[in-house]
Amino acid sequence: MSRPRSESEYLARLIPPSVAAAGLSRRGFLKGTLGAGAAVSLSSLLAACGGGDDDGGGGGGSASQEVTFGSNQSDAVPKKAYADMVAASGLTVKTNVVEHEVFQENINNYLQGNPDDVFTWFAGYRMQFFAAQGLAGDISDVWGGISGMSEALKKASTGEDGKQYFVPLTTYPWGIFYRKSVWEEKGYQPPKTLDELVTLAKQMQKDGLIPIAFADKDGWPAMGTFDQLNLRINGYQFHVDLMAGKEAWDSPQVKKVFDTWRGLLPYDQEDALGREWQEAAQSLLKKESGMYLLGMFVGQQFPKGKEQEDLDFFAFPEIDPAIGTGAIEAPIDGFMMRAEPKNEAGAKELLKYLGTAKAEDIAAKADPTSIGASSEADAASYTGLQKKAVEFIGSAESIAQFLDRDTRPDFASTVMLPGLQTFIKNPNDVDGLTKSLESQKKSIFTS
Amino acid sequence: MTDLPTAPATPAEAAVPRRRPGVRVRVSGTDRVLLFLMVAIPLVMVVLWVWLPAIASVALSFARWTGVGGLDTIEWIGTENYKNVFTNYPPFAPALRHNVIWLVFLFVLPTLFGILLAVLLDRELRGTRFYQTAMFLPVVLSLALIGFIWQLMYSRDQGLLNAVLGTQIDWYGDSNVNLWAVLVAASWKHAGYIMLLYLAGLKGVDPTLREAAAVDGASQVRTFFSVVLPVMRPINIIVIVVTVIESLRAFDIVWVINKGTNGLELISTLVTSNVVGEASRIGFGSALATIMLVISLVFITIFLSTVMREGRR
Amino acid sequence: MSSATVTSSPATPATAVQPRRRPLTAGRVVLYVFVTLTALAWLFPVVWALFNSFRDYDYTSANGYVSFGGFTFQNYTDAWQQGEFTRHFLNSLIITVPAVLLTLFLASCVAFVVARYSFRFNLVLLGLFTAANLLPQQTLLIPLYRAYREIPLPLWMSDSGQLLDSYWGLILVNVAFQTGFCTFVLSNYMKALPHEMFEAARVDGAGVPTQFFRITLPLCRPALAALATVQVTWIYNEFFWATVLMQSGDKFPITSSLSNLRGQFFTDYNLLSAGSVIIAIPVLVIFFLLQKQFVAGLTLGSTKG
Repeated sequence: MSRPRSESEYLARLIPPSVAAAGLSRRGFLKGTLGAGAAVSLSSLLAACGGGDDDGGGGGGSASQEVTFGSNQSDAVPKKAYADMVAASGLTVKTNVVEHEVFQENINNYLQGNPDDVFTWFAGYRMQFFAAQGLAGDISDVWGGISGMSEALKKASTGEDGKQYFVPLTTYPWGIFYRKSVWEEKGYQPPKTLDELVTLAKQMQKDGLIPIAFADKDGWPAMGTFDQLNLRINGYQFHVDLMAGKEAWDSPQVKKVFDTWRGLLPYDQEDALGREWQEAAQSLLKKESGMYLLGMFVGQQFPKGKEQEDLDFFAFPEIDPAIGTGAIEAPIDGFMMRAEPKNEAGAKELLKYLGTAKAEDIAAKADPTSIGASSEADAASYTGLQKKAVEFIGSAESIAQFLDRDTRPDFASTVMLPGLQTFIKNPNDVDGLTKSLESQKKSIFTS
Repeated sequence: MTDLPTAPATPAEAAVPRRRPGVRVRVSGTDRVLLFLMVAIPLVMVVLWVWLPAIASVALSFARWTGVGGLDTIEWIGTENYKNVFTNYPPFAPALRHNVIWLVFLFVLPTLFGILLAVLLDRELRGTRFYQTAMFLPVVLSLALIGFIWQLMYSRDQGLLNAVLGTQIDWYGDSNVNLWAVLVAASWKHAGYIMLLYLAGLKGVDPTLREAAAVDGASQVRTFFSVVLPVMRPINIIVIVVTVIESLRAFDIVWVINKGTNGLELISTLVTSNVVGEASRIGFGSALATIMLVISLVFITIFLSTVMREGRR
Repeated sequence: MSSATVTSSPATPATAVQPRRRPLTAGRVVLYVFVTLTALAWLFPVVWALFNSFRDYDYTSANGYVSFGGFTFQNYTDAWQQGEFTRHFLNSLIITVPAVLLTLFLASCVAFVVARYSFRFNLVLLGLFTAANLLPQQTLLIPLYRAYREIPLPLWMSDSGQLLDSYWGLILVNVAFQTGFCTFVLSNYMKALPHEMFEAARVDGAGVPTQFFRITLPLCRPALAALATVQVTWIYNEFFWATVLMQSGDKFPITSSLSNLRGQFFTDYNLLSAGSVIIAIPVLVIFFLLQKQFVAGLTLGSTKG
């Protein structure tokens, strides 16, 4: 189960995807647009015309023609937000909403079948992977017309060939979250270095708190910890190279990461492999744990109002002064264009609009645990947490996406996921683990 | 069954409803076509849906492929996938171990217990219908559903087991115990199934055999082992094979708990997680699938040959 | 679960034996006690789920589960709505009914030919069919998945345009898998049908369709009923193919939609119990009403005489 990208997505997960998607299937949406009287066959036919009309009709098209838009925002609130956002673009857009998890899992099928002109996706290697396969369209010219995106964002939107394939919309940072009220009461201060973190953890233990909440039943949350440690110990470039398979997993640098992590494990919540992140977040909410390294979506577990406002975060502390804390993890949600869209001009217009602050504002308002990617986004209406996130991301030197977005998905899910779970169970055999990771990596990264 | 008469049966023989009537004469043209279709269509279906994919799985196990792109993007790499499976894939050894444990556990506990129950219930008890129904109930439930029902027992914070025992064990989450916890749940279902098969078999045992043994002064236990059990040979073999096949096919219950990670690895879950979703290690997954296939076919062959041979008697 | 369990000769299904008056020895008392305890233990998990499904979550989180009280029917309505059970039950219906009918029909066809006419390759045929039923499904996952993606379907048959993520895709894969077991059972059953009838019919000039539809199938009604019971249960419970071959959440049959009930942190176990009970009800109803047929379907032919 991947982490939800918005509060509404989290809430929607309490409601099964089928409920959320009820009436939001392609057929249902078309019925709505055509009017209630449309027969099923008619709308299917139109669906065929609109989406199933076989091989990519090539470029052309104009901004006044319809643009198709594939969206994974399947729960009520962001769906409406995206609909509003798209409506405000002034273009004729036909949205095809697919349930979030399903969309992700089927991206391979989707892109090779008959994708919409524009579709939601995430930045990082996964975007580059499809671009390199020729499944995404080059939108470097769209970037010429977008302002307010930092260099880091542009870097994250660029493919391996130097062209841009992605337009960011929202993002959220990973950090160490805590409850302000609890820390004030106990007199804690955000630690600046690893040693201070350990001291703080020890203090928390004495005060009867679980220092660091931790959950890894789904396997991916632990990747966040690995990434943060690697960024701090070995720097951004090494991390990126490691993700790309260019560095060795059994190198002394990686071993150092695991050894450092082992030092922190005693302060982690126990039985992490049987716990899901929502439970760990609840322990933070219930004041049972002192802090939690997670993405900002942790706020979705906090009731709106006083509790959510009590949430704050700080950057993972510095480990190597030469590297500092300039590298952060902030996964970016956004849009791509399919290769050979039916309406290229229209698609690019839509993308240009989606890259504006105006679009981002609508999205970020609906989900206060993420922020607009552009620096021109209207931060005035943001919550305290969002404002802090803006500053945090805006001042970052480099932005990583997250392990399972930055590296090959087969490597992430079949090697890293079990590998990290093994480490948590048995943190002492770092040599054996890293050797195995490296040899598996070699067998996967050969192509 | 291979020595079937292909000659037409005489009317005299027709009086005895034995196996092969073997009528080949006087089948009209249309009838012939119809007969052909009646076999051909299902056969084609089974070949297309089962046997061709099985062969394709084996073929793909010698390739590297992400599944993206057409068949021309397949890269043939010989036995490298197998080498990787055996030497370069940490979850494989645990998965194999777990499958073996699954088999042994299923055999030792629920199978033997089911046989015991069948023997006990064969004793003309009052209310035997109730007992049979109770034990057989889990058999109609899907394993996935069983995983959920037992979650109510096993949950760390809300489960009955911990509430009663006063412990904090994470039965499904602790890799030292979760396989056993799952096996208990699976056995709950398996025992009833075996009981049913065996009971049906026992009912077919000639009562005169038992009476003869009783006359000879044999005890109940002795009768069972010396007289009944040998007669039940075909059923015994079926029971063994069914147990093996079920343990090889175990998937649903483990998948709904944690998708086959952290102590619940099985070869079936490894195949699935290498292929479904974004992972797409098609060749590698196929190698795992082929291993499963080979093991299964060994047992399926044993089963078929037994069943066919019994049929000839 | 769909292993074949039969040998060649059909037999009467196991029925409850009339209890005779047996002396109540100590041994027999022990026997009764043991069997009763076992039966109760076996029923317990389901009873526990049933019990909790009627209890309010707030009550149980306050008082723990080893308590008595807090009864409500709310969990059922919540589970039904949140799990969107109407749609999913409908999906199950759409998939199960055609699959069972098609399976039985095709299996009868093959069984008819195999039972009445001898061909050299009968054995191979039966072997192919039965083995197909026993293979682990994961071994076929990859090629089927990929093939399903390639095969186009007209939109009136599947709104995804392919065999993947379509009802037909799921129906056909279930048919292909289950035909083997049914063929085996039916062929044994048909072989025992009296031969004179067919002789007479043939003399009267009845062709294959008449023999099949007018004579054989009606005679096979018990076996068909038994198999139908078993097949409905198995296909309804089928989890794997439904999970991997269906992609739109709203097309999932009921068993695969179980995961939807597993909320996030607040895994309301009472809700989960209610949902589980609801999902189990169809098969339980079949089981209680048609237990005899169900048992017969599984054991047809595995007893002699």
